[in-house]
Amino acid sequence: MKANVWYGKEQLRVEDVPEPRILNPRDAIVRITSTAICGSDLHIYGGFIPGMLAGDIIGHEFMGEVVEVGKGVQNLKVGDRVVNPFPIACGGCFFCQQRQFSLCENSNPNAWAAERLWGHSPAGLFGYSHLLGGYAGGQAQFARIPFADVGPIKVNNSLTDEQVLFLSDVFPTGYMAAEQCNIQPGDTVAVWGCGPVGLFSIKSALLLGAGRVIAIDRFPERLRKAMEAGAETLNYEQVDVLEVLADMTGGRGPDACIDAVGLEGHSHGVFGAYDRVKQTLMLESDRPPSLRQALKACRNGGTVSIPAVYGGFLDKVLFGSIVNRALTLKSGQTHVQRYLGPLLQLIESGKIDPSFIITHTLPLSEAPKAFRMFRDKEDSCIKVVLKPWLEPPTVGAEPAGPAKPHLH
Amino acid sequence: MATESVQSGLGQRPQQHVGAGPSDTRSHNRVNHRHYVRRTEMPSLNARTLAEGLGWFSVALGAAEILTPGLLSSLTGVNRPGVARSAGVRELATGIGILTQRNPAPWLWSRVVGDVMDLAVLATGMRPGNPGRGRAAASFVAVAGVLAVDALAASHLTKHAGHPLVSGVAAPTDLYFETSIATAKSPEECYRFWRNIENLPRFMDSLESVQALDDRRFHWVAKGSPGLTLEWDCEITEDRPGAALAWRTLNGAQLPNAGSVIFEPAAQGRGTIVRLSIHYSPVGGRLTAALAKLLRQDPQTQVQEDLRRFKQLLETGEIATTNGQPTGRRSLIGRAARRWRLTSSN
Repeated sequence: MKANVWYGKEQLRVEDVPEPRILNPRDAIVRITSTAICGSDLHIYGGFIPGMLAGDIIGHEFMGEVVEVGKGVQNLKVGDRVVNPFPIACGGCFFCQQRQFSLCENSNPNAWAAERLWGHSPAGLFGYSHLLGGYAGGQAQFARIPFADVGPIKVNNSLTDEQVLFLSDVFPTGYMAAEQCNIQPGDTVAVWGCGPVGLFSIKSALLLGAGRVIAIDRFPERLRKAMEAGAETLNYEQVDVLEVLADMTGGRGPDACIDAVGLEGHSHGVFGAYDRVKQTLMLESDRPPSLRQALKACRNGGTVSIPAVYGGFLDKVLFGSIVNRALTLKSGQTHVQRYLGPLLQLIESGKIDPSFIITHTLPLSEAPKAFRMFRDKEDSCIKVVLKPWLEPPTVGAEPAGPAKPHLH
Repeated sequence: MATESVQSGLGQRPQQHVGAGPSDTRSHNRVNHRHYVRRTEMPSLNARTLAEGLGWFSVALGAAEILTPGLLSSLTGVNRPGVARSAGVRELATGIGILTQRNPAPWLWSRVVGDVMDLAVLATGMRPGNPGRGRAAASFVAVAGVLAVDALAASHLTKHAGHPLVSGVAAPTDLYFETSIATAKSPEECYRFWRNIENLPRFMDSLESVQALDDRRFHWVAKGSPGLTLEWDCEITEDRPGAALAWRTLNGAQLPNAGSVIFEPAAQGRGTIVRLSIHYSPVGGRLTAALAKLLRQDPQTQVQEDLRRFKQLLETGEIATTNGQPTGRRSLIGRAARRWRLTSSN
């Protein structure tokens, strides 16, 4: 089968690898119909995620058709159309029983390694480093899904792939980020980063009763999407974010702040240069300008919610702000399994159509190009959906039909 | 308070490093493991750290003596740069030996010998008429102090050099490994799974098979390297349904060993804390080597991973794996990582 394989920093190759097979009774194999590139995949692409090995198949947002089930899987059958959550969860451990699926104790075969780095191990994830299990990812034609009786959700054919695919990660991630803010009617929520997670955070905050959402980014097309999603927008290259946020809230600050940027955040001036230098010298693992700003901007007693990915050590983070101003910090990999049902209902009822974030649809074979484009925000790229079974356009010929990349 | 403990040992258990027992005695079923040994009998961390410090001291002093023998010898009041330089070579070699060799004890003894040599040289500097005799006397006192520290570290590490897998020396001392894991299952469920002894090879990585001889006695076959079979007969020495199990090899086993597992109810019905303790008594070099092959990982990691697999089997019915999944081409590093079990993925 074809798969998108990581060989090092900025080295991706779509190549032939063996097809996955059932390894455990509760496994299933899916033939992938749609898969997507996540913003967090860019951290792998940029070489910021520890524990990657050359030869790893990446990708964790995927859906498809069940083609084989292990004898321990009773609730799925061959032919079912399913969307798969990115964390792998057993359903039986202490954390799964509390529906904290991304903390599953039994799904990371390399748990000892994660324990060395973080103290304890979270759940295994698809295609996201050997620290998180080393599972082959979903930017491929087939994938093996462990604990398939717990993770995947069946979807009917009345919805398109594009409408349900993002249940696998970015929609629940944005939703959980907003839910963690404990939004009260009329609250003001500020969102850093208007990529897919930021956009879903905006939509979710409004669905959960926020009176006002303020979105922060620097790319006009992303700010436009945020505005369409119902947010007021700030371009941090044009205004002093802290000053404007204070001004917009009468000096008090937003009730909740969501950091949807993560470890490769951009900033200017002294701190921007400082982070670049330290990260290059490996003196800090993550660049956190958005988090620094959120911790300053948030109102006293407010909540800072972090759906963004941070992997290691952060520098110059104003912890005193949390203590002296009684901030609540919420984070975590998304407990996707918990949100699949309720969010699918929101989609079915027409309250939200997640396909609004898609800007590009490309064949899987174009994945390396798509990563470059996504990383550089070329062609207003916000979200790329990859089609594993689409033939690449032949060289010299006019790309025909669905193989043609198109803007939505 | 009556203390109740599971007898797992093959005799005398070391009394140092005794872990704090649970202060909670509400449950009648709770097993008190106050007498449990929490750590392997290994050189204490302090002795290791001390040895390492002495190693670096040797390297630094050696380098200084080689690079600036004149300065060093005039500082010590014995103006013999040649002697200082040769002492420097000795110091450097000793330091590297301490820092790089698995068993630093002989190298520490070499430091002790070196110290005595240095004292002899310094004594010659204390003769009347030497203008530096005051400095020589001060140096003599300093080196005597260092000698005391060296001798202390060397003798401690020699006495406790009993970790064959780490030190590679043939002084066999019993090995204890203990670990624990929390599971969502009840003590009864945990006990039942473990008491079905034939389940053990499913989660104990070093076991090939276990066969029941009768209700209390079992024949164990360990996975060994080709040409090496390690088997033994084992009996259950303690069997408390829903609470604890202990076993030990029968007389004449190639590799005497014993183990115990305690199923401690977690607070408020939150399942069970499973405490596993394994005790090996290797008797001699050949069997030490066999043990090293048997335990293909470091033993503490191995018992921890065994227990993790137990939990996975119990809670999920399977053991999470990526072994056999597709990948791209692995580099040398990737293949080495798998070989050294840094990742389970192929």
